[in-house]
Amino acid sequence: MTASRSHRLRLDAITHRFGASTAVRDINLDIAGGELVALLGPSGCGKSTLLRIISGFIRQSEGRVLFDDSIADALSPAERGVGIVFQNYALFPHMSVGENVAYGLQAHKWPRERIAKRVAEMLDLVHMGEFASRRPRELSGGQQQRVALARCLAIDPKVLLLDEPFGALDKNLRLDMQIEVKRLQRQSGITTILVTHDQEEALSMADRIAVMSRGRIEQISTPTGIYDTPQTLFVNEFVGTTNVLRGEFIEDSAVRLEHGHVLPVSPNKTLQQGHAVIVSIRPEQLRFRPAPSAGAFTAIITTVLPLGAQVVYDVALTAGPSLKVAETRDAEGALRPVGATVYLAPASPAACHVFPAS
Amino acid sequence: MEADSRLVLPLAALFTAFFVAPLVVLLLLSLHGDIAMRGWTLGNYVKFFSDPFSYSILIDTLLLGVKATLVCLLFGYPVAWLCARAGARWQSVLVFLVILPILTSVVVRTFSWIVILGRQGLLNQIVMGLGLSNEPLRLLYTEIGVVMVLAQVQMPLMVLPILTVLSKLDPNLGDASRVLGAGEWRTFFRITLPLSMPGIIAGCILTYAASVTAFVTQTLIGGARLIYMPLDIYQQAVGANNWPFAAALSIIFMVTVMIVVGVLGAIGRRSEIHGRA
Repeated sequence: MTASRSHRLRLDAITHRFGASTAVRDINLDIAGGELVALLGPSGCGKSTLLRIISGFIRQSEGRVLFDDSIADALSPAERGVGIVFQNYALFPHMSVGENVAYGLQAHKWPRERIAKRVAEMLDLVHMGEFASRRPRELSGGQQQRVALARCLAIDPKVLLLDEPFGALDKNLRLDMQIEVKRLQRQSGITTILVTHDQEEALSMADRIAVMSRGRIEQISTPTGIYDTPQTLFVNEFVGTTNVLRGEFIEDSAVRLEHGHVLPVSPNKTLQQGHAVIVSIRPEQLRFRPAPSAGAFTAIITTVLPLGAQVVYDVALTAGPSLKVAETRDAEGALRPVGATVYLAPASPAACHVFPAS
Repeated sequence: MEADSRLVLPLAALFTAFFVAPLVVLLLLSLHGDIAMRGWTLGNYVKFFSDPFSYSILIDTLLLGVKATLVCLLFGYPVAWLCARAGARWQSVLVFLVILPILTSVVVRTFSWIVILGRQGLLNQIVMGLGLSNEPLRLLYTEIGVVMVLAQVQMPLMVLPILTVLSKLDPNLGDASRVLGAGEWRTFFRITLPLSMPGIIAGCILTYAASVTAFVTQTLIGGARLIYMPLDIYQQAVGANNWPFAAALSIIFMVTVMIVVGVLGAIGRRSEIHGRA
């Protein structure tokens, strides 16, 4: 809506230790005004600690937090101007919906008439205008979340922090709320950080995703970049599903797998001949071939999972481990039967990601 | 279903024999006219309410409960708050310290307060030693002394219910308040305090009921000149041997305390409805 609402957030070499253990390590993140960045990672990866550092509840051991190039480290949570939507929404149970939304405005000493106007405006924005006098416990999960959003957007925060906000919603409602939140975020142009362990949520909502593991950022990229060109095995395995094969790097951009099969892969300058490697191929990057050919695996179908538009086959290689293969089904196309012998090859060498085996 | 309801019988019998029956006896006793216990009359009740000395004792007792409860709340709330905030190990140490008074005999506790509050007691030695006063403060046999001791003795009854409510409070609520721009004080008065009302009410009911009926503490610390309802009843029954009047005093005392507790309970239920998530 307005460019003035879009603030830049920069994390500069942030490290935080709890006693002897390091919760986050050397985090550098530059978020442009109006951008939606997802912090994606398993529980315990440090994403929640980072959120608390940004909001000022935790003072980091090292590094700086900057809003629009001014250092925010000395500011309390109340002074920082961030908005948080908590996983459980944290609505004040003893106040009505309207009082919840008014709370931050009262704390900021807005005059009474302007508060009433602003509350009505914010509740209309999230389609909760009729519910102003209700108590939070009289609302559904989705409605509570709308109120939580209205409450934190009312004070016009510089940065919006969403802490696993859709975890408590059932699947259909979750998709609706994701669309709704993305609409509000685009409309207001507010810089937003989404903390989540749900890869689909991160992929569908974020402009960029920072994948975190054990206190570090493993990779920052666009959703397609994360999915298509993962830079570490962790990112590859955490985002989407994949098949993992062990082997040895040989000349001419090829890997000799454990059972002797030679697989052409994308060129990799960091690896030398004889290096033990792990090859990762996503299920949808494996293609069925009509006949045995050079470089193709021979396998037998063991399980068929018809997931609607896509069918996932679990196949056992004649020599080696089992793989998952995803195939888009033609309209009314028949499923491949269990026990059938099939021939499989990667869609391209670029679809085979190679990582050094640690 | 039949078997279930029969399980209640032992307790019901116990209650009837040792609670309901004595109350009925007490009520009947209070309706007798004189020490000889002949005839039926409301004379004892008329006598109580037409005698300013009698009902001033009731008012003093009810007010004593209010004062002791308020002091207890004033000191107990911060203790409960501290316990709720402390780590697991410190919390168990603090809770143990709070409960400690219950584990000692009320008589022992009260006598140790006499040692502390007396003319040459510990407190006066400190006050005079520091030059804060030239004369010993009169604490023993004063209402201030009684209130102090009652507040200390009943402290666990106040702290534990508040602690229970505070530890169940969602810490995100405080964070949400602060991130919305509220300082510590606003967060306390607008969020923490209103949401701990059920605990405060429960604590006040327990402390109040215990304070107004604390015969030993009131009598030993207050002495013979400060008369509250429990001592009055005792003197009427044992001293004057006027059992019907003592019974009437008991009934009046019980009903007024029940009214106070009932009002507090009603406030508590209201705050419970508002406070529940």
